[in-house]
Amino acid sequence: MAEYNRPLPLPTPETRHFWEGCRQGELKLQRCTACKQSYFPPRPFCPACGSRDVEIYKASGKATLYSYVINHRPRPDFGTEPHSIAVVELAEGPRMMTNIVDCPQTPEALQLDMALEVTFEKASEEISLPKFKPAKG
Amino acid sequence: MKQKSVAVVGAAETTEMGKIPDMSQLMLHADAALNAMRDAGLTAKDIDGVATAGDSPVEIAHYLGITPTWVDGTSVGGCSFMLHVRHAAAAINEGLCNTVLITHAESGRSRVGARRFSRDPASQQGQFEVPYGITNPPTMFTIPALRYMKQYGVTEEDVAHVAVVQREWAAMNPRASFRDPITVEDVLNSKMIAWPFRLLMCCLVTDGGGALILTSADRAKDFPQKPVYILGTGESCETPMISQMEDFTTSKAFRVSGKKAFDEAGIKHSDVDHLMIYDAFAHLPIYGLEDLGFCERGEGAAFIREGNTRPGGKLPLNTNGGGLSYMHSGMYGMYALQESVRQMRGIAPAQVPGAKISIAHGVGGMFAASGTIVFSNEAP
Repeated sequence: MAEYNRPLPLPTPETRHFWEGCRQGELKLQRCTACKQSYFPPRPFCPACGSRDVEIYKASGKATLYSYVINHRPRPDFGTEPHSIAVVELAEGPRMMTNIVDCPQTPEALQLDMALEVTFEKASEEISLPKFKPAKG
Repeated sequence: MKQKSVAVVGAAETTEMGKIPDMSQLMLHADAALNAMRDAGLTAKDIDGVATAGDSPVEIAHYLGITPTWVDGTSVGGCSFMLHVRHAAAAINEGLCNTVLITHAESGRSRVGARRFSRDPASQQGQFEVPYGITNPPTMFTIPALRYMKQYGVTEEDVAHVAVVQREWAAMNPRASFRDPITVEDVLNSKMIAWPFRLLMCCLVTDGGGALILTSADRAKDFPQKPVYILGTGESCETPMISQMEDFTTSKAFRVSGKKAFDEAGIKHSDVDHLMIYDAFAHLPIYGLEDLGFCERGEGAAFIREGNTRPGGKLPLNTNGGGLSYMHSGMYGMYALQESVRQMRGIAPAQVPGAKISIAHGVGGMFAASGTIVFSNEAP
């Protein structure tokens, strides 16, 4: 594995399950057992109703492209070519920032609402980042 | 809020603006503050309330020799100064202090004595946004725009129009950084920054600052300058992460703050003669026009393209040239307030004839927070 020199997240007690899930190749979301609302980023209570009665579950990994930019400013740690910075809408409802990978980084290839699926990019022994690629089929 | 009970009696920007490598950020605060005190005919001994953002109000008070009985360090990004005005008005009404100094300064370009910007990798943004390559506002603030453009059929040309119109205003302002006319083609041919945003759709990076002095309206008439009354104020915040904005086509913070200010002021949209909307990027005025209620959803871009906000239009907008052409040191809200005050005093370089009500609407962070101030030059 090439040395990973991009900024990495530092998990906190409230987010550790999420990053541990990513390390194991699973996208973990939380939902409220009272109001059934799924939410992200992780926290041990429901942002919709305030209940602490929440559960962690494995999300489908399916998403659609909500919006994005293609960064042309220098980011040597992301290579020499422009790269996408995107927000995807997960099938379960919440949105998250990510990069769209395995796909040309062009407006033509990156169409809003296109179907995506999660893939995990190993950055260190502890951290794998959830990225999204065009869905098969 | 008690209507028209508080007024701006001092307002000034730094002596120079643009590139000021021979002055630290702290001195830029002081330069703006000293200019505002001179404008109001006051000295530091007359000031008993201090507010600033980014830097500490303790540092500003001590540097200037002020002993305050009221301090506000609310720091929610570039609209913080709108929030300071709102908080100061409440404090003056409540008798916590009599005369408030609000300062902003940033050595945004020269970075002399400027704060270093860093994000904690354990923060929410550090965990869930920074790893994907966001660097600074051009790769964050811009992310919602494509969704807006798709939803409402708004084109790159439409967004470019915002920059073109603001350059028309800047051309009338001797202190504007960029004054040469530009066309939509110029904007669309400028360097790509973060698709769909090109260089001329992004704000400047400059050095500068500004300061305001507020006191009660009944004292305001004894000051050398024409008082500018605070008619209504609003504030709100939404999210520290652009990715978690509720709806990428509208800012909740804008809507809440704007409605509060309109309600407090008791005015209609048709009463507004002059408008400032913090334009860190060219899509901001479009969101602002809609979220403040001047346009229906999806109609902001056409409103600008059709000339309503340009010189001679029915709603003069960003008449100093805005963050896109006038200046942007990092937290532009102060300059929007300064232009509203100049318009209400009747001394703006691109003066709107007979303007009686002006609104300055600010954004903080990346649609993170908002503040709105309604000014009037008519005495209570």
